[in-house]
Amino acid sequence: MSNTETKDVPYKPTSPNSKLDFASVWEYAPAPQDSDFAEVKEKYDLFIDGKFVKPSKGRYFKSTNPANEEVITEFAEATQKDVDKAVKAARKAFEGEWSRISAKERGKYIYRIARMIQERAREFAILESMDGGKPIRESRDVDIPLVAAYFFYYAGWADKLEYAFPGKQPEPLGVCGQIIPWNFPLLMLAWKIAPALATGNTVVLKPAETTSLTALKFAELVKDCGLPDGVVNIVTGAGQTGAEIVNHKDVDKIAFTGSTKVGKLIQSSLAGTDKKYTLELGGKGAMLIFEDAPIDQAVEGIINAIYFNQGHVCCAGSRLLVQEGIADKVIQKLKDRLATLIVGDPLDKNTDVGAINSKEQFETVNKYLELGVEEGADIYQCDCKVPDNGYFIRPTLFTNVSQSNRIVQEEIFGPVLTVQTFRTAEEGIEKTNNTPYGLANGVWTDKGSKIFKVGSKMRSGVIWANTYNKFDPTSPFGGYKESGVGREGGMHGLAAYIKN
Amino acid sequence: MTYPDFNQTIPIDEIGVNERVARLNSRSIKKGSKVQALKLALSMIDHTTLEGSDSPGKVRQLCKKAKQPYPAMPDLPTVAAVCVYPRLVGIAKQELKGTDINVASVATSFPSGQVPLSNRLDDTRFAVEEGADEIDMVISRGAFLNGEFSLVFDEIAAVKEACGEAHLKVILETGELQTLENVRKASDIAMHAGADFIKTSTGKVSPAATQPVTLVMLEAIRDYYYKTDKMIGMKPAGGIRTAKQAIQYLVLVKETLGAAWLNKHYFRFGASSLTNDILMQIVKQETGQYQSLNYFSND
Repeated sequence: MSNTETKDVPYKPTSPNSKLDFASVWEYAPAPQDSDFAEVKEKYDLFIDGKFVKPSKGRYFKSTNPANEEVITEFAEATQKDVDKAVKAARKAFEGEWSRISAKERGKYIYRIARMIQERAREFAILESMDGGKPIRESRDVDIPLVAAYFFYYAGWADKLEYAFPGKQPEPLGVCGQIIPWNFPLLMLAWKIAPALATGNTVVLKPAETTSLTALKFAELVKDCGLPDGVVNIVTGAGQTGAEIVNHKDVDKIAFTGSTKVGKLIQSSLAGTDKKYTLELGGKGAMLIFEDAPIDQAVEGIINAIYFNQGHVCCAGSRLLVQEGIADKVIQKLKDRLATLIVGDPLDKNTDVGAINSKEQFETVNKYLELGVEEGADIYQCDCKVPDNGYFIRPTLFTNVSQSNRIVQEEIFGPVLTVQTFRTAEEGIEKTNNTPYGLANGVWTDKGSKIFKVGSKMRSGVIWANTYNKFDPTSPFGGYKESGVGREGGMHGLAAYIKN
Repeated sequence: MTYPDFNQTIPIDEIGVNERVARLNSRSIKKGSKVQALKLALSMIDHTTLEGSDSPGKVRQLCKKAKQPYPAMPDLPTVAAVCVYPRLVGIAKQELKGTDINVASVATSFPSGQVPLSNRLDDTRFAVEEGADEIDMVISRGAFLNGEFSLVFDEIAAVKEACGEAHLKVILETGELQTLENVRKASDIAMHAGADFIKTSTGKVSPAATQPVTLVMLEAIRDYYYKTDKMIGMKPAGGIRTAKQAIQYLVLVKETLGAAWLNKHYFRFGASSLTNDILMQIVKQETGQYQSLNYFSND
């Protein structure tokens, strides 16, 4: 460059801790996803026996868009009478047509569901983001493609069950009550319904009360694909509706994904019954970053582990454990990376972190932020712009925390990361396992043997190496300790839906 | 400054790098931000001709294009520099007199560098004497792959000295370096040895610039900045032909290094056909219609 020219260049900020500036010069214009074609009705009824029916007490509850606090639609509240009707319809279908058709035909229905999800993928993605607050980038690229993948995967098993269970005549359980959470509404539905149908069961499913929209859209799809009446029933409502399903005498199995607190209630009400159950509950995943890890990629992995889906992930990596020698470097890089996260409108294609799912959860996470500060931790948040309305929380990290802090011990279920250090592998493993949970952990190192040595000592159902939050239908998923009972996904997921 | 031990390798996870690039590529750049990016990219181009058949006439044409990329839109930015072989530096210098467009020259026996160091230094001095503002040198890839990191370092330092006031861009020729870890190591050697810019490729070896390689180099620049507070520039070269690719590169820069690098002093595109594609997109944004390539001069 010529000398005259370099003079007007702002050469460099001089402080050695100078942060990089990611905001000025060139900003991305809004890139909203066109959502006009995604149809939302004013109100949705219950889906029982292949038909949409009004709730017996005629009560509906509102569902809001967490990104702008506007009411989107209303869902029916299913009472004991409605649940009973749904279970009866499921029982009738199970003893009737669904048991009579061949396994191959059963598989064909599931394949058809998978293909129809792909055809309507964009509509499902938009509705998922509208109702739940997750960024369209995730619902479009992660949630909905995985939903189709799970249906495809289990469709393939339908007529090959004897290969999954050699020497056994696999028999379905009957009517399965399924209760799913609000963090991955349609994906959790797929995890539940696909293996249940593949093994020949019928289902009564209750989506979470804040995110029922895509489940009801799915009910429309079930109707369109010609699945026999009563095989899939969808009842909406809050905890009471869930309890009616759990306590119904004619349900053979309960599959629940949600909080550990509710999981324990379900387990105690199922004690003494012959209902089978699987529970997929909370977690407090740790990520162990060793000095020999590829640091820039590890930082990216951390971002995916904790800020994916606003941290509303049961297997989220919410505890970062960094080896001492690289702690400062990792924290500096994390802080710079946080500055590039775009928080805001879930329907904008550039949004990285969307809205917290509900007002209730928004308050819970905020309470933990206050608690962290009270506990003496140092809070750091990106200074990104956040919309005035809606439930938004800046991606947060806490440093200067200790193992005994509540923000380290308890599941926050929000975009909040705690950072601790460790010196030896033994110390790292001990801190990893020192939690009531055991759902997922991660390890970052360039050394393959270390992955196996450390990984085999981590007490969790899932261990990711040099990555995080990767899902695949062929892989089983589930936890140890307070993270739950049973496995979903893969061949293991089939076992939960057949008689022993 | 303390120099790192170049025999140590900084681990790079290729899968992670590719995932990061894919995520950055999902950025949706629309409307005003797109126009701004196109103009920015235009201003960062090292408009290049590096053929054996290059003639004074061709270089003059190239310089005219650099000064006035699209006469119908006189307010467009000019490109950053014109990049030619040393023998043609004088012509370009003369043509670009009175503008703030720099003359860059490939030297050090481009593209292979396979002559004695003294010849490469002579080549460099000649280009500088002819008026080159910027020198694009090649490293000794053979020596690098042979583990002679000190030799590579010393050669870069010697060329830097020969450059005098001219800015030095160090071409790593990443297409010959085999691994991202080698790309990282070569970047570190070049920056510590005095590079003002690090550059991916000569354009004569395939693959030339790729986004994963560029990301690794940007991250090396970031680490060097964290350590020394010194900003090093980046130049991907070769294989960048479309405006869409150029915008993807700008996103990489913006989200890795930030705003301070988003100008021609710290980021360049080495390209020859990119200019016209960018012009075509700018015209499309302004008029709403695509023009045929026939409406853009090919030089």
